[in-house]
Amino acid sequence: MHAETVNRRAQAQAAFAEVAPEPGAPKPDPILVVDDVIRRFGGLTAVDVKHVEIQRGSITALIGPNGAGKTTFFNQLTGFDTADAGTWTFNGRQLNGLPAHKVARQGMVRTFQLTKALSKLTVLENMRLGAQKQRGENFFRALVSSLWQGQEDEITVRAEELLERFKLDKKRDDFAGSLSGGQRKLLEMARALMVGPELVMLDEPMAGVNPALTQSLLGHVKDLREQGMTVLFVEHDMDMVRDISDWVIVMAQGAVIAEGPPDTIMADPRVIDAYLGAHHDAPLTVAEAEQQLHEAEAELEAELVPEVEEKA
Amino acid sequence: MDWELIFSRALSAGIGTEAVIYALAAIGLNIHFGYTGLLNFGQAGFLAVGAYGLATTITTFGLPFWLGVTVGLVGAVLFALLLGIPTLRLRADYLAIVTIAAAEIVRLVVRSVALRGTFGGTDGLDSFSGDFYALNPYSPGSYGFWLIKFDHRTLWVLTVGWILVAAACAVVYLVMKSPWGRVLKAIREDEDAVRSLGKNVFSYKMQALVFGGVVGSLAGFLFALSRAATQPDLFSTELTFFAYTVLILGGAARVAGPVVGAMIFWLLLILVKTGMEEAVNHQVITFITVNQVGSINYMLVGLGLILLLIYRPQGIFGDKREIALDAR
Ligand SMILES: Nc1ncnc2c1ncn2[C@@H]1O[C@H](COP(=O)(O)OP(=O)(O)OP(=O)(O)O)[C@@H](O)[C@H]1O
Ligand SMILES: [Mg+2]
Repeated sequence: MHAETVNRRAQAQAAFAEVAPEPGAPKPDPILVVDDVIRRFGGLTAVDVKHVEIQRGSITALIGPNGAGKTTFFNQLTGFDTADAGTWTFNGRQLNGLPAHKVARQGMVRTFQLTKALSKLTVLENMRLGAQKQRGENFFRALVSSLWQGQEDEITVRAEELLERFKLDKKRDDFAGSLSGGQRKLLEMARALMVGPELVMLDEPMAGVNPALTQSLLGHVKDLREQGMTVLFVEHDMDMVRDISDWVIVMAQGAVIAEGPPDTIMADPRVIDAYLGAHHDAPLTVAEAEQQLHEAEAELEAELVPEVEEKA
Repeated sequence: MDWELIFSRALSAGIGTEAVIYALAAIGLNIHFGYTGLLNFGQAGFLAVGAYGLATTITTFGLPFWLGVTVGLVGAVLFALLLGIPTLRLRADYLAIVTIAAAEIVRLVVRSVALRGTFGGTDGLDSFSGDFYALNPYSPGSYGFWLIKFDHRTLWVLTVGWILVAAACAVVYLVMKSPWGRVLKAIREDEDAVRSLGKNVFSYKMQALVFGGVVGSLAGFLFALSRAATQPDLFSTELTFFAYTVLILGGAARVAGPVVGAMIFWLLLILVKTGMEEAVNHQVITFITVNQVGSINYMLVGLGLILLLIYRPQGIFGDKREIALDAR
């Protein structure tokens, strides 16, 4: 298992060996190819991406300062907003202009920066909803439960497996609205996986999640790559980006300003200028890292804030 | 005071024609609002389409009864599509505004002078219920038990009505525990999440609007048939608001909620009304006249609704846990 983990990661990174670390660099086997996407809000150009490719089977991080246009870019690609211009293909099939639900059906599934747990559905019902091609979702077939109960049972088995992996199996029959902020993030990710996606797009999956849970979430994201999925995720925490991503794309003011492997990117002066700047306080030595950890722990204990609550 | 009269009227109202009509209207609203979160304030419009579809086909065009029923049902479907196509893609509040206006348009069209020849203007239409009562298996007379008494015509309306209520509840029960119902409930919670999971939200909202509208038109049929006449002003906005009261009283998003709500609503309404009338007539209450009882009764309905929303917003059958989540 461990050897295989290393393998997949090595595979993904090997694929990037020949890729030039510059904006718009072509990839050997892109699952998603984006061209000239523009989205304006009045006078503001929120997104203006010339060319971007996402390598299949890799974990790609999309970073950039607040307001860089990352979420807006996600919204364009997934059909939650209408781009003013641009084309993009997923697995070679053109997706621009397609409504959100059709994009998801193609195998490109996203989560949201502000979690969207379906509060008054149970955790299990949230999960079941993610399954595709359900016979019982047709009004007339819904009337005769024997037509869909078999499929429902299969879906339930799959949902329970995922819930177990995400440590939510004990919450199975609770309302999703009763979960904590971090648990909702987990649920949303697990629910997206019920769709059976090829490309998973996570918008700040770690935001508002406590450090212990962050570790398990990181594990889950890496796990997706192990299962052959492609991951594109937005994240502000640089340590996390460095830890799990094979490739990093940097956006600033709507445009892609840099691309490259995590270590190269963190050293890129353009990136430091645009984004990291004075906030680049990633630990450099073991001693510094330890000191930060102690400080953080002391802070936590002092505040005794249980968890970051989030209004859904 | 004649307590037997008071309870006899109240109990009869609890299972009577109005209770059936409002139960069906509220079952429709429950599909719209309770399960899907669609704020339909034009349920009266669906009842009007049903009632006038039936009456116009038979009285104005002289066509058979069953064709009238078909016209009413198809009319309700078309009305739902007409409302839904422009508004279901917009925010929820737009649907509320459009439905309230559309229901008023229906009412104003059928009461208009220009279309008097077709819809009968303010007088409405009658003599369309002959075929319906010809099917009545009960021989003329008075039926009932204990304090409850109905004549044979009312009994026939109630028989058909309660069968329709039972059937509507059965269908709602089946579809709402299915994956189809799950999608509706999810849409009520968050449309975008449902979209992101590959469901066509617009299509499901439209299906819910049509389904609830068709159930509403059944209430319209019964409304018209029970009175053997239909007038435009029966279908004012008041009807929709009473149906909402019934729904919230019983508990939204519960299969039996609207039915129990309708029964209790009419039982209490008539109990208090008859009680007050009797009290005035027997000089127990001396500071109001019998003519004022009606208005005071409706004020009490309003007061009751307010108290209900404050102290038991989930209704009789609702789940307190579900409501509490809204506060988070
Ligand atoms: N619906 C909208 N109307 C107007 N302006 C918008 C809208 N959505 C986004 N913007 C603007 O577009 C820009 C990009 O916003 P976006 O949410 O994509 O940033 P982001 O990179 O996701 O930031 P963050 O890291 O804070 O989430 C911002 O300047 C924002 O104000
Ligand atoms: Mg964002």
